[in-house]
Amino acid sequence: MILLWLIVVLVGGGLLAWLAARIHPLLCRWISLAAVLVDLALALFEASRHLSSGNAGMNTWFEQVDWSWIPQFGIHFHLALDGLSLLLVLLTLVLGVVSVVISWSAHIKALGFYHLNLLWILAGILGVFLSLDLFLFYFSWELMLIPMYFLIAIWGGERRTYAAVKFFLFTQLSGLLMLIAILALYFAHYHATGVYTFQYTALLGTPLSPHTAMWIMLGFFIAFAVKLPMFPFHTWLPDACAEASTATNVILAGLLATTAGYGMIRFLFPLFPGAFRAFAPVAMTLAVITILYGAILAFSQTNLMRLLAYASISHLGFVLLGIFSGSGIALQGAVMTLIAHGISTSALFIVAGSIEDRTHTREIGVMGGLWDTVPRLSGAGLFFALASLGLPGLGDFVGEFLILLGTYRAHTAMTVVAACGVLAATFYALRFVQRAFQGPNLRPWRLPDLALREGLTLGAMMVVLLWLGLYPQPVFHTFAQAANHLPALWR
Amino acid sequence: MIAIEQGAQQVAQGYAVHQIYQIYRILPEVVLTITGVLIMLIEPLLPSRASRKPLGGLAIVGTLAALIASLWQMSLPAGTAYHGEVRTDAFSVFFHVLILGIVLVTLLTAVDVFLPETENTAEFYALVVFGAVGMCLMTSAVELLLVFISLEISSISTYILAGFRRHTGKSTEAALKYFLLGSFATAFFLFGIALLFGSTGTTTFAGIAAGLPGTATPAFAVIAVAMILVGLGFKVSAAPFHVWTPDVYEGAPSPVVGLMSTAPKAAAFAVLLRIAFEVCPSLHVRWMPLIWLLAAISMTVGNLGALRQQNVKRMLAYSSIAHAGYLLVAFTALSREGIAAAIFYTAAYAVTNVGIFAVVSHYGGYEEKLLSIADYRGMARHFPVLGGALAFFLLSLIGIPFTAGFFGKFYVFSASLSAGVLWLSILGLVNSGIASFYYLRLVTAVYSQPASEAPAVRRPGWALQLALLLTVTATLVLGIFPGRTLAMARAGAATYAPSSAITGSLKAAGGVSGAPLPVTPLHAAGQ
Repeated sequence: MILLWLIVVLVGGGLLAWLAARIHPLLCRWISLAAVLVDLALALFEASRHLSSGNAGMNTWFEQVDWSWIPQFGIHFHLALDGLSLLLVLLTLVLGVVSVVISWSAHIKALGFYHLNLLWILAGILGVFLSLDLFLFYFSWELMLIPMYFLIAIWGGERRTYAAVKFFLFTQLSGLLMLIAILALYFAHYHATGVYTFQYTALLGTPLSPHTAMWIMLGFFIAFAVKLPMFPFHTWLPDACAEASTATNVILAGLLATTAGYGMIRFLFPLFPGAFRAFAPVAMTLAVITILYGAILAFSQTNLMRLLAYASISHLGFVLLGIFSGSGIALQGAVMTLIAHGISTSALFIVAGSIEDRTHTREIGVMGGLWDTVPRLSGAGLFFALASLGLPGLGDFVGEFLILLGTYRAHTAMTVVAACGVLAATFYALRFVQRAFQGPNLRPWRLPDLALREGLTLGAMMVVLLWLGLYPQPVFHTFAQAANHLPALWR
Repeated sequence: MIAIEQGAQQVAQGYAVHQIYQIYRILPEVVLTITGVLIMLIEPLLPSRASRKPLGGLAIVGTLAALIASLWQMSLPAGTAYHGEVRTDAFSVFFHVLILGIVLVTLLTAVDVFLPETENTAEFYALVVFGAVGMCLMTSAVELLLVFISLEISSISTYILAGFRRHTGKSTEAALKYFLLGSFATAFFLFGIALLFGSTGTTTFAGIAAGLPGTATPAFAVIAVAMILVGLGFKVSAAPFHVWTPDVYEGAPSPVVGLMSTAPKAAAFAVLLRIAFEVCPSLHVRWMPLIWLLAAISMTVGNLGALRQQNVKRMLAYSSIAHAGYLLVAFTALSREGIAAAIFYTAAYAVTNVGIFAVVSHYGGYEEKLLSIADYRGMARHFPVLGGALAFFLLSLIGIPFTAGFFGKFYVFSASLSAGVLWLSILGLVNSGIASFYYLRLVTAVYSQPASEAPAVRRPGWALQLALLLTVTATLVLGIFPGRTLAMARAGAATYAPSSAITGSLKAAGGVSGAPLPVTPLHAAGQ
C-alpha cells in the first residue's frame, strides 16, 4: 500500500498546493515541500524495512500492489518495488525536494499551477519506476509529458513555446512507437499462450521469432533513446534546457534521462534477450558517438545551459554503453552513473541557475572572475564540475569507471574511444570553470553569494556525491536485490 | 416492397393491435417528437417579448425523458418491431444514449449562449429535438428506406440549424453549402439503396445480407456499396468527401457545430457499421480496401490541414476529419473487437468534442467574436475554469492518459494491430503524434501570457457549468474507468450475429478480442 501512497501523496499534494496558492503563496510552497518530504520519508522507511530485513538477496519484489483495472483487456494496476526501483525512487524524491526548495524564493507566476505540475511530474516518474503492468507503464510514461510541457511552455525563457513543442513532439511520437511495440508484444503473447495480459512478469518468457522480437524491441528502444537522449534523437534536450527554469532543468536532465535508463534495464534485455544481444553492437556504436558528440558540442557552447545539456548527453552515452555492453560490472556502473549523474548534473544546473539569477545572463563569455565576488557559489561550481568530469572519490567516477571496466572485456576498441569522452569531459568542464569563475573580473561583477538555503541544498548534494564516490557499496547492494535476478542476466 | 406485403399479411392476421404495442421499441423517438411538437405549439402562445428559455428547459426535460426511455430499453430483450423495420438491442441503445447525451449538452450550451433578444430560439430547440429523432432512428433502423428517411430527418434539421444566424453571410453560406453538398451525398446514398434493392429484391438488412452472396448481379451490389460509402463518407466527413467541413464549421453557430460534429456523425457511423458488418459482410473484400483508403486519407488530410489553421473552428473541423479517419481504422480490423473499438471511439470523441464546442460557444458568445487562436491567449488567466476545461478536452483529443481520447485511441489501435493491420496503425499513430502539434498550439495559447485585458466574456451560467461538468466527467470516466462503457460497446458489437452470412468474414469472438480474420497475423506482418 505504501507504493500507492507514494503516488497519491504527490498527486493530492499537487492539488492542495494549487488550491492553497489562492490563500497564500507560502502555504502553497510549504504544502509542496511537505508532500515531497512525506514521500521521501515513506521511501526511506521502505528502504530501511526491506534492506535490513532477512529477505536481502532474495531477488523478489519487496512489495506489490496488484488490482484489476480494466479486466476486459487484462490490464492491472500493478505497482511493485525492488532494489532497482527503490534506488531510483529515492533519487527522484531527493531531486524532488531539491526542485521544490530551489523554487522557493524565485518569483514565479501562477505559483499554484507551477507546483501542481512539479508534483505531478514527480508522480508520473514514480509511476514509471513502479509500474509492473506495461499498460500502466505507458500510461505513466505519457503522463510525464504534460506537466513537463507546461513547465517549459509557461515558465521558460524567450523561445519557450518552440522548445516545449519540440520536446512534446519528440517524446510523444517516440512514445507512440512504444505503444505499438507494447501492443505487438501483448498480441504476440496472446497468440503464444491464449492469455491477454500486460503483466511484466507474464510477458517475460514470451516466445518470439527473432525478427518480431527485433522490431518490438526497436519500438521500445527508440522511445527510451529519445528520452535519454541518444544521438541522433538528442536535439530536443539542449533547446529545452536552454529555455527551462532551474527546477525544470533538474527534472529534465536529472530524472527524465533516468526513466529512459530504467526502461532499458527493466524491459529491453529481460523481454528480448536475443534481439538485445543482436542489436548491442549498433547501440554501443551509437552510445560512443553520443559520448563524443555530446562532449565536442559541449566544448563549443557559449550558452551555459546548452553546455550543461550537451555534457549531460555525453554522460548518458556512458549509461547506454554500460547497459548494452552485456557485462554485469558495466551495468552496475550504468545504474551508478544514472544516480550520480542525476545529482551532479542537477547541481550544476542549480549553480548555473544561481549565476543566471545574479548576472541575468547565460552567456559564458560575459561571466568571468566570479570567484572574487561569489566564492562559495564558485567553489560549489568547481566541485560539481570536477564531479562531472569524473574526479576519483566522487560518484560519477565510480559509475563511469565501472562502465569502462566492464565494457573493456566486451569490446576493447569501443572502450578506448569512449574513454576519450572522459578526457573530453575534462576540457569542457574545466573550460567552464575557468571562463566563468576565474580570470579577471572585468565587468566587474558585485554579486550576493549563496544564501543559506542554496548553500544547504548544494552542500547536501555534495555529501551525497562524496558518499557515492567513497562508499558506493549500499547502491550496489541494493541494486543486487533487483527482482527476477535482473542483474544476473548481465553476466 | 416485400416488407409492405408482409405487413399487409400481418394486418390481415390481426397483428394490428400488437403493432401499437410495439411503440415501446421507438419510445425515445416518440418522446422526442412529442417534445418538439409541444415546443412548436407553445411558442406562438407565449407573448412575443417573453423569454424563450423555458422552452429550452422543456427541450432539456424531453431529452432527459428520452434518455431514460432508452436506458429502460436496455432492460428489454433485443428485438425488432414494425415488420422488422427497427430493432432495439445493445447497439442501438448505446448510440441512443450517446446521441441524447450530446443533444442534452448542445441544448444546455444553446441556453447559455442565446441572448434574450435572439430570434427564433424556440425553433432552434424544436429543430435540435427533431434532428435527434432522426439520428436516434438511424441507429435503430434495420431497413434501408427507414435509414434513408431518418437520415433525411436529421440532415434537414441540421441544414436549417447551420444557417441559424441568418443575418450573417457566413452562416447562410454554411447552410447553403451544407445543404447542396449534403443533398448530393444523400442522392448517392439513395442510389446505392436502389441498386442494392435491384440486386437482392429487398431493403431489409437481414434480407440483403442473405441475398447478397447469391445475387445474380454482383457488380451492382459492389457499386451500391461504394455509393453508400460515398453518402455516409460525406456525413462523417471522411476525406475525400470532407471539403464542406471547414467552411460549414466556420460559418455555422458554435453550439450547432458541437452537435453536428458529433451526433449525426455517431449516427452515420452506426449506420456504416450496420451496413458494413450486417448488410454486406460478404463483400468485405471489396469495401475493406476502400475503408482502408478513406481512413488513411482522412487522417493525413485532416491533420495536415489543421496544422496551419488560425481559426479555432476551422482547426477543429480538420481535426474532426482526422478523427473520422482514426475511427475508420477500427473498421479495417474486421473483427468484433474492431466494431466495439469503433463504438467506443465514437463515444470518446463525441463527449470530448461536444465539450470543446461548449467552451468555444460560450467564449465566442452569440456574436461569435473570439475565434482565432490569438484570441485564446491568456484565456486560462482570465477564465480559469473555461481555459482548464478547454485544455483538458484538447489533451483528450491528443490522447493523453486520464482522458477518453487516450483509451479510445488505445482501443482502436489495439484492435487494428490485433487484426494485423500494421501499416495503417503505424500511419494512424504517427498522425496522432503530428496532431498533438496543432492541439498544443491552442493549449499553449490558452496558458500563455494574456496579450491584452480580459475580453468581454460573460461568466458561465448554470447551463454551461452543467454542460461542462457532464462532459468533463464523461471524458474522465471514459479515460480512467472505461470498463463499464467498454462492456456496453462490447455488448453492442456482440449484436452482430456470428452466424449466417457473417460467418464467412467475422469469426465468433471468444474471450477478450475478436479473433482476427485470416489477414496476415502479426508475426508475419513484420517480415
